[in-house]
Amino acid sequence: MELVLAIGIGIMTGSGVWLILRPRTYQVIIGLSLLSYAVNLFIFGVGGVKSNAAPLLGEGVDVSTLTDPVPQALVLTAIVIGFATTALFLVVLLAARGLTGTDHVDGREQPK
Amino acid sequence: MTGELILVLLVCLPFAGSLAATILLRTDSRILAARMSGVVSFAALLLTAALYPAVREGGKVRLDLEWLPQLGLNVTLRMDGFAWLFAMLITGIGCLVVLYARYYMSEEDPVPRFFSFLLAFMGSMLGIVLSGNIILLSVFWELTSIFSFLLISYWHHNAAARDGARMALTITGIGGFCLLAGLLVLGHIVGSYDLDVVLASGDLIKAHPLYLTALVLILIGALTKSAQVPFHFWLPNAMAAPTPVSAYLHSATMVKAGVFLLVRFWPALSGTYEWFMLVGIAGISTLLLGAYFAMFQQDLKGLLAYSTISHLGLITTLLSLGSPVAAVAAIFHMMNHATFKASLFMAAGIIDHETGTRDMRRLSGLLKYLPITGTLAMVASAAMAGVPLLNGFISKEMFFAEAVETHADSVLDRILPYVATLAGAFSVAYSLRFIHMVFFGPEPTDLPKPKPHEPPHWMRFPIEFLVLACLVVGIIPSLSIGPFLHSAVISVLGDRTPEYSLAVWHGINTPLIMSLIALVGGAALYFVMKDYLAKCDDGPPLFRHLAGQRIFERVLVTVSWKWARWLESNLGTRHLQPQLRLIAAAGFLAGAVSLYLAGFSPKPLSFGDVDPIFAAVWCIGAFCALGAAYQAKYHRLAALVLLGGAGITTCITFVWLSAPDLAITQLVVEIVTTVLLLLGLRWLPKRSEKVDNSVSFAARSRRFRDFLLAISCGFGMFLFSYAIMTQPVPDAIASYFLDKAYTEGGGRNVVNVILVDFRGFDTMGEIAVLAIVALTVFALLRRFRPAPDSIEKPEQQRIQNAYDAERPERSAGDTVRDYLLVPSVIMQWMFPVIVTFSVYLIMRGHDLPGGGFAAGITMAIAFLLQYLAGGVRWAEDRLRILPLRWMGFGLLMSAATGMGAWLLGYPFLTTHSQYIEVPFIGKVPAASALLFDLGVFSLVVGATVLILIALAHQSVRMHRVRSLDAPKAEEA
Repeated sequence: MELVLAIGIGIMTGSGVWLILRPRTYQVIIGLSLLSYAVNLFIFGVGGVKSNAAPLLGEGVDVSTLTDPVPQALVLTAIVIGFATTALFLVVLLAARGLTGTDHVDGREQPK
Repeated sequence: MTGELILVLLVCLPFAGSLAATILLRTDSRILAARMSGVVSFAALLLTAALYPAVREGGKVRLDLEWLPQLGLNVTLRMDGFAWLFAMLITGIGCLVVLYARYYMSEEDPVPRFFSFLLAFMGSMLGIVLSGNIILLSVFWELTSIFSFLLISYWHHNAAARDGARMALTITGIGGFCLLAGLLVLGHIVGSYDLDVVLASGDLIKAHPLYLTALVLILIGALTKSAQVPFHFWLPNAMAAPTPVSAYLHSATMVKAGVFLLVRFWPALSGTYEWFMLVGIAGISTLLLGAYFAMFQQDLKGLLAYSTISHLGLITTLLSLGSPVAAVAAIFHMMNHATFKASLFMAAGIIDHETGTRDMRRLSGLLKYLPITGTLAMVASAAMAGVPLLNGFISKEMFFAEAVETHADSVLDRILPYVATLAGAFSVAYSLRFIHMVFFGPEPTDLPKPKPHEPPHWMRFPIEFLVLACLVVGIIPSLSIGPFLHSAVISVLGDRTPEYSLAVWHGINTPLIMSLIALVGGAALYFVMKDYLAKCDDGPPLFRHLAGQRIFERVLVTVSWKWARWLESNLGTRHLQPQLRLIAAAGFLAGAVSLYLAGFSPKPLSFGDVDPIFAAVWCIGAFCALGAAYQAKYHRLAALVLLGGAGITTCITFVWLSAPDLAITQLVVEIVTTVLLLLGLRWLPKRSEKVDNSVSFAARSRRFRDFLLAISCGFGMFLFSYAIMTQPVPDAIASYFLDKAYTEGGGRNVVNVILVDFRGFDTMGEIAVLAIVALTVFALLRRFRPAPDSIEKPEQQRIQNAYDAERPERSAGDTVRDYLLVPSVIMQWMFPVIVTFSVYLIMRGHDLPGGGFAAGITMAIAFLLQYLAGGVRWAEDRLRILPLRWMGFGLLMSAATGMGAWLLGYPFLTTHSQYIEVPFIGKVPAASALLFDLGVFSLVVGATVLILIALAHQSVRMHRVRSLDAPKAEEA
């Protein structure tokens, strides 16, 4: 399990890093989204990888077998905030595109 | 009134007056501002005078207010004899300057501003004098620099005033910075910032290895402020200030702050060889060079400025000697210099005011027109030259006497008598020149204002008063200034107070002979050089072209312009990509290097427990991520779909690995993100794949480099996360939350309990961020202007409308309306279902997966679907959503829940939980955390809806823009 998840995080990170280095704003926004998946998964994974051990207390549940709830709480708000920043970035890139007429990240096409 | 209260009043009163004067800025009564300033400074003078009984003969008044006691920073005000004498000087001359300025300032100037700055300066200067904490002292020190800057640049339409002000601020500002550093070192040595403690630990300081560091830094502060060589050049340039400022700041008080500091710390720092050499060299060279330069000035104020520099050099030289008698002479000369120099500046101001020029080449024979001012100026000049029966003579005699004595056996000490006599001769020469050239000689022919006359009496009164003081102190010193000076000396020297006499006549001795030589030699020097001086250029021969000012400016340009430009052009970039590349590379290196240094070795990979289905899911996820990366440039929609795929994979992972809350949230966020990006796609430019056929080599290598970087980062993250995940999880704080969630938080869903209870304050911050972002998006979109090529209707809509137009039974827009009819009906019918589901999510959130965040976004999706199904207009005809109210309610709700705990005497956000039996439903949790979660829910709904609707509205707005533009296009 850890191996698959780690490979997944690696691939998402690589794709994200590649995209944020691209010149088009849309590429950067997709890249940032991919990076945030990778980071969320990474933080989540730090708490240990367990199946069928959701941190829900019930009768007769041995607390020590449950997974760590703290990274989950951190990631939960991160997901929502991530949506907000994506929205903000999208609006900024639309406004920049409206003002400059280009969707290059520098606000103007690079001289050839 | 107690002494402590007077101290506070003394510091606060001028600042209060300054603030009051700024209010007067709007009125045009210059007299009112002057009167108020006069009242304030006179009140300060009376308050100071009232403290004399408390400080005479070594008494002290002290007030301690705690400020930051942990850092040793307190507002300590203290007044002893020396501070009292200085405070009298500041307030007394302040009164006279205010009176003088009342007549000096013209109708056109913004007079209230002038008095506002002047009073604020007075307050800062009193602050320096009265500070009992050395850090507080440096705060007031900086304030004097700032107000000096503002006062010099008072006539800011004048370039010389701006340059002079900037130079003064730069030099004294650097000095102030060094002073602060020096005082911090001093505080470190002593272990306290309290002035009394510092002054009592002189031996400790002088023996400490950091003594020299502290000394040099403090000296830089003091010497820059007192315009000592080589920092002297700012003072002549500061003469662009109005003359009352020159009289007050640049002769009587602020430039004295440097020597004040030297006297203040004299018991703690002086007496060492380093002190003697550093202070001595600066003092002696300033004494001599200042006097020499003063002789060759053509500007009256320039002459007085260099003379001030020279006299400050004299005081510094006296302080360098380390002998108590010399310190007495230094304190005495500070007072004397302030009296005669302030009056001379005021006289120069009157001459300037009446004739329109300060150039000595044009002034001549003015005694006929200004008989009283001329006489007063003569007496003051004689005091400056050190003529007997005037105050300048007595302190200069004391200086000569000290110069003759041997203090430290060095060349510096041996040449001192000769240097002193020479400087004395120079000062006689320039004083004589001042009088002779301005008041005697032929009738003036070249005056801008041809008929000068005496100023109003009250404008001359300050000069009269000061000249009278020169005479009284000069004739009966021990009866006039004697007791006050004695109190000051005792407070500085304590047990080391020497025997000294303030008599006018000491018999015929070496100092008297030196005085005579200086007087005769100076007079002779002037009459020899008279003709040359009457015509020569400004500035002394040899040094005329070596101007400190020019060097200063060149350094300034080099540092602040050339170097900065070089750095910016070599290290900076305005392109985003290189910056991100650096950040990514730095991130990779930071991880790699620290792992390498910690001896990290990759774990052997274990394939044993890989679940094939999970692996298959991730195969799809990896394909989606790579595909999104590949397609994002030319096929945005495809990239968006693939991004969604990666998101779903993440979501499944959360389900698989025991994080149901995350899975729900991720799923709903995924939906809104996709809708969001879809809404944005419409405003992006078309991109065709053909453009990129001829890729240059540089672009290809750049891409290759990015590719390597991306691979490295990805591989690094893989190794790193694999290593971390295969480590056994240490028992940190997880078990605490698992144990306490139910007993203290009253919930079984630990993640939710953490969010709304244990870390509720954190969550409140996060929802506040969410609200801010939503409002920012809203604000940005209100002024949104799309690029011209995006204004037209999208291609699909045009095709559909054309299709409709061709057929008579259809009208334009029908196809668009009918598009996906069945799904949209389903979406409309889903509304109550989704809303119920959302309510369900929040109700069960405390015990089972759900909660405010997920419920909020679900609710937002319910609204969103109506927009998707029926379009903006249809949805808004039926459903009025006020996102700002939702957000406001959410924030208030969560804050109010938190504050509710106060009412019951608990800390902010303490929760209470219980279950309520509801008919048909059963036990329902009713923790106060639920109310908090309701706030979260409401805010998330509001923010999400606000963002999405604001974006969706752009299409409607563009319809309006098009319909407005259409008639114009038809006309054209």
